[in-house]
Amino acid sequence: MEFLSYFSNVFTFTNLLILFLGTVGGLLMGAAPGLSPTMAVALLIPFTFKMSPEQGLIMLGAVYTSTVAGGAISAILLKIPGAPANIATVMDGYPMAKAGKPKEALHYCFISSFIGGVIGIFILIFFTPVLAGFALKFGPSHMFWIAIFGVTVIATLDSNSIIKGLFSGAIGLWLATIGYDSVLGVERFVFNPIFSGGINIIAALVGLFAIPQVLSMLESKQNISDQFEMEKRSLSQSVLYNISRIKALTVGSISGVIIGLIPGAGGQIAGLVSYDQIKKISKNKENFGKGEPDGIIAAESANNAMVGPSLVPLLTLGVPGSPTAAVLLGGLLIHGMFPGSNLFTVYAETTWTFIDSLLIAQLMMLVFGLYISGLAKYVIKTPANYMAAAITILAIFGTYSVQHNFADVIVMLFLGVSMFFLSKFGFTAAPIVLGLILGPIAETNFTQAKIIADTQNGIFSYLTSGPLNLTIISLCIISITYGFITEMKKKKND
Amino acid sequence: MEVDMKIKKFFLYFTIILSILSFGSLSQAGDYPDRPISVVVAYNPGGATDFQARLVTMMAAHPKKDYLGQPIVIINKPGAGGKVGWNWFASKARNDGYDLAAYNVPHFISQSIVFDDTKYNIDNLEPIANWGADPAVLIVGPDSPFNSVADLLKFAKANPGKVTFSGAGKFVGHHIAFLQFQKASGTKLTYVPHTGGVPALAAVKGGQVMAGFNNLSDAYRSQKDIKILAIADLQREATFLPNVPTLKEEGVDVDNSSVNFRGIMAPKGTDPKIIEFLAAKVPLMFNDKKTLKQMKKGGSPVRIMNRAEVQAMWKARKVSLTKLLAGLAP
Repeated sequence: MEFLSYFSNVFTFTNLLILFLGTVGGLLMGAAPGLSPTMAVALLIPFTFKMSPEQGLIMLGAVYTSTVAGGAISAILLKIPGAPANIATVMDGYPMAKAGKPKEALHYCFISSFIGGVIGIFILIFFTPVLAGFALKFGPSHMFWIAIFGVTVIATLDSNSIIKGLFSGAIGLWLATIGYDSVLGVERFVFNPIFSGGINIIAALVGLFAIPQVLSMLESKQNISDQFEMEKRSLSQSVLYNISRIKALTVGSISGVIIGLIPGAGGQIAGLVSYDQIKKISKNKENFGKGEPDGIIAAESANNAMVGPSLVPLLTLGVPGSPTAAVLLGGLLIHGMFPGSNLFTVYAETTWTFIDSLLIAQLMMLVFGLYISGLAKYVIKTPANYMAAAITILAIFGTYSVQHNFADVIVMLFLGVSMFFLSKFGFTAAPIVLGLILGPIAETNFTQAKIIADTQNGIFSYLTSGPLNLTIISLCIISITYGFITEMKKKKND
Repeated sequence: MEVDMKIKKFFLYFTIILSILSFGSLSQAGDYPDRPISVVVAYNPGGATDFQARLVTMMAAHPKKDYLGQPIVIINKPGAGGKVGWNWFASKARNDGYDLAAYNVPHFISQSIVFDDTKYNIDNLEPIANWGADPAVLIVGPDSPFNSVADLLKFAKANPGKVTFSGAGKFVGHHIAFLQFQKASGTKLTYVPHTGGVPALAAVKGGQVMAGFNNLSDAYRSQKDIKILAIADLQREATFLPNVPTLKEEGVDVDNSSVNFRGIMAPKGTDPKIIEFLAAKVPLMFNDKKTLKQMKKGGSPVRIMNRAEVQAMWKARKVSLTKLLAGLAP
């Protein structure tokens, strides 16, 4: 119960002010397309130079927590995920908003984020010593299979058609090979020098989601407010319903926790994996993609449950559990705090204050998130032409800010316009982005696995031996078989 | 309709503010520097180079110090072991003194020797000053049967090609150290390139690979989870690891070619007056007491060198790396 004794440290005026600014700023940054949690934390690190280690970490932690949740606001209201972690939220969040329940959808988003987030931090508080070594067990073969597991999710992600989903996923995987191979440094598919850096994931996310939305707004010349109204929804109703969805919350939190502990995977996969799982075990499968609250609840509890556990390997071993945690490592080092047991002995006060502040940050995220939900009516009432202009500006600025590279903006616009036409044929953006995220993970780890395996008994035995490999392989098989059975049943019913 | 009016007003103000801001950045006058300077880092945020670059440039605009008088903004352009960022820098960066970059030696020099698609080499870049030197160290996992370089070599000689080494990519300092170590010890080893120093270190900690070359600074911070067997430099590191022998002491003839030098450079064609100004001020900025304190806290070894010293170092490295890499295809 060591963590309890440091709570009082959080409640100083300065620390609370920092928490407040970090949370509100994080929610807004998260909602802006292009500003991912990783980017937001990286941008703020220089500001922590002048702060005490405690204050600096509190700010970075608050921003990490709330950007992950903030990305859901634009996902629900505009069909544009603020960050890769919120892709799964779009699937049911936007249909729900369109069906006249935007406020309810936002309520579920923040309540589930809070519940998942708190569970994740309790894992960090109580199970760090037990789980510390878990991250190190994941070598190239395991990471390769994790990526393949993600690929099996692609097939069933698009509820309309497995073929179209797989085709989109394949496009994403191909896009991921553009640029230099990350292990061997070989150049591939670089038709023009602007592609030499590869397709930036944020540029792709913004382009594939935001631009088609802008184009269809202009095409329809409708106000969003003509499409949906802000309904009256009492918070207590939402809370009661949300808490009663134990299955969705459990699936979301467990997937989030496990994926957070695995190095390098991160929230983008957590949201999608948990969404896929809840869809598979739910009794009302056919409601998914049409505004099923469980979809939002699972996705948002997962991506916030990931935050706490992603810090477990970071704080104990210096191995970041997510891309954002990797940036947070810099924030620790700046103050001379090296990951390892020192953090819990020499720097115990700072470390525990930081962890406690994460809990308070979850609470603040909940309160301000719900408050912002009420303001969403301004977004809805905005005429489509203003909205389209605003989104375009944000999309261009957001994409450019990632690496100050105008080539990224061109790639973003090109992908966006292509996606607009593809969507006319029933293709969706989510499988493409997922392919783009999983491609490098699968490829890098396979290449490394091959090099290591050649010094041992060959690639086949390297990839298939050991309990951890076998566990993940069986998960892949279950996922594929399940997809097939569902598809067969659907055909029979038709 | 009240809401509509509010929104229209908001957009009106928004547009006005944006136009004012863009005007501000267009008008320029006065002496260099009169606006923020950007430094391109060819690696991911959070990595050692990025982290140190942020530290050593934090005092640039300090009002009480006469350094640059303008803040330095770090811009990350990661990819392909630095190739993406440096290619951009050598071919696209403006030479008006506002686009600078961080260099990593031997990385960029060895890449310019081995690859034919690099647009950079020591002749089209102008060094400003060097802030740090991070030697590569030979590390093994905590449960490794190897307790010394001799143990490792004995096993490697009996099992050619079986010992796997991790490092932060191809032709970076770690890989150079690996190549030198392999050549000097007459063994055959296997190099597994990773996407950065942090994942390469994790692979050693978790026993995914049998050994690795990694940054001294990162290894120093993780001493509890790894064993540091030797250092690839001419002398021992007195501040952080005084008890770790050099590879030479262990009987393997490896020099300091792999030591990772980090500093700041400008593109060729930058006004000599600006280069002179930067070359005079930047080393002072690196030498700031506060900066040095932070660097020491972060376990980052500092080695400040002026422009002339860096020019000589680049030339010497080019000669030794060309010799080492002769006959090595990518």
